[in-house]
Amino acid sequence: MLIGKPTLIPSSEITPKDQYLNRRRFLRGAASGLAAAGAVALGIRSLADVFSPGTSVFAGTKLQTVPSPLTTTGEQLTSYQDVTTFNNYYEFGVQKNEPAQNAGALPTAPWSIRVDGLVKEPKTFDIEALLKLRPLEERVYRHRCVEAWSMVIPWVGYSLSEFIKQCEPLSNARYVQFLSYYDSRVERWASQTTIQWPYSEGLRMDEAMNPLALLTFGLYGEVLPNQNGAPVRIVVPWKYGFKSAKSIVRVRFVDRQPPTTWNEQAPNEYGFYSNVNPNVDHPRWSQKVERRIGLPFYAQRRTTLMFNGYGDQVASLYDGMNLKRDF
Amino acid sequence: MKRSTIVLIKVIVWAACLGPLAWLVAHAVSNTLGPDPTETITFTTGLVTLRLLTISLAISPLRRLFPKLAWLIRFRRLLGLFAFFYATLHLATWIALYAGFDLHAMEADVVKRRYITVGMLAWLLLLPLAATSTNWAIRKLGGARWNRLHKLVYVAAVCGVIHYWWQVKPGVLTPMTITMILGGLLLARPVLALAQRRKPTPAAKAARV
Repeated sequence: MLIGKPTLIPSSEITPKDQYLNRRRFLRGAASGLAAAGAVALGIRSLADVFSPGTSVFAGTKLQTVPSPLTTTGEQLTSYQDVTTFNNYYEFGVQKNEPAQNAGALPTAPWSIRVDGLVKEPKTFDIEALLKLRPLEERVYRHRCVEAWSMVIPWVGYSLSEFIKQCEPLSNARYVQFLSYYDSRVERWASQTTIQWPYSEGLRMDEAMNPLALLTFGLYGEVLPNQNGAPVRIVVPWKYGFKSAKSIVRVRFVDRQPPTTWNEQAPNEYGFYSNVNPNVDHPRWSQKVERRIGLPFYAQRRTTLMFNGYGDQVASLYDGMNLKRDF
Repeated sequence: MKRSTIVLIKVIVWAACLGPLAWLVAHAVSNTLGPDPTETITFTTGLVTLRLLTISLAISPLRRLFPKLAWLIRFRRLLGLFAFFYATLHLATWIALYAGFDLHAMEADVVKRRYITVGMLAWLLLLPLAATSTNWAIRKLGGARWNRLHKLVYVAAVCGVIHYWWQVKPGVLTPMTITMILGGLLLARPVLALAQRRKPTPAAKAARV
């Protein structure tokens, strides 16, 4: 077989690296929606790498992790497939399978979190800086949705408290509010609901400082898929899933309980605290039992644990509180 | 219409009505009912019930609008019975997979949760209709009384849609399509009746001439 002699490319024809990166960024912008949607549809998790030069963060990229003493043991993990295709992310559709199909449209790079409110001075953190702030830990947590289904997910991140320390909140900051990315042109599905966007969630300061509250960048050792809240979200394992806001762009420190999306939408159904509590029914169903995702229909049912089984670490946060009233 | 054509359509209707059940059974056996099989079974049986009820309620207005489609009436009982069949599967899913056959849990659900109360009511309303669906029952009751009893299907369908709305999260609009279609079909009845009363009968026309 005859193989042609390699032609030497004159250096004048080689695209300078910054231009080349710009061009890629442009292509990525144009193609990311289509490509990511295609990647999800085809089950290709590494396609994003093709479009991600250097330091940019994209779903499927491996993350270096260290083990954590705060990880949950003795649970069978929910499959990657189920964790990434059964999602509540209403900005990308109200059906569980829709976010995996539609969230490719979420522009995850560049990304930064704006921090303001009661802080020493407002700051902006780039995702690259956040990823390097602390060693990333792998933490397996039970995840209990208010809709009475549950999963077990190996998250990647570090304690939210580490990030909050960097934010330098003032002493009169009593709550922290998390606001999710929202652009009605990108998240066209959001208008299928009567919800006021952007998605807002909040925690009391002592809850946010509890080491179990996780600033989360990945799952299964990889960067978060968009439908799971890329590129950065919180995970609060002792509360119902909707408290764990996704794709966070802004963090505010405030002195009063901030408005939170589901609580505003239906205060009788979703309390501000929303701790997992088998003794407080949702108006439309019992919270005593849950359905574990990914098991056959006859094996899904199991008992829900107080604080989702994390009472040893968090019950003291609520000493003296009436959890039936402040549900 | 030819008898063989009717038989052919009956076979198609039976196959279409059994399709969702066959799909559920096949996927349950291969454990491919999706991440939350319990929810898939519940949602499928509930939605099929509402759809079959809606289709069965479309037959009367269609016959009035298009007299040529009068033969559709032959399929209404079949559709209604299949709606009851799926409603019963839906109820069984709740009893077995959600309540785990726990009588206290079921009682609490029916008393405390209005979407379950109204869903239960819908099933109870369909029960006498299914029980009196035989030719024997129609004869025994007499056409007029049977007709009056079977008006309950409207109440059952409305309860079914309310059950759907009360079950989804506030602000979620997925039950809208079936609600609009069902609303249209229920509204079509008085509208068609009124239109027919206005339209002079051939006899009246002749009298005027």
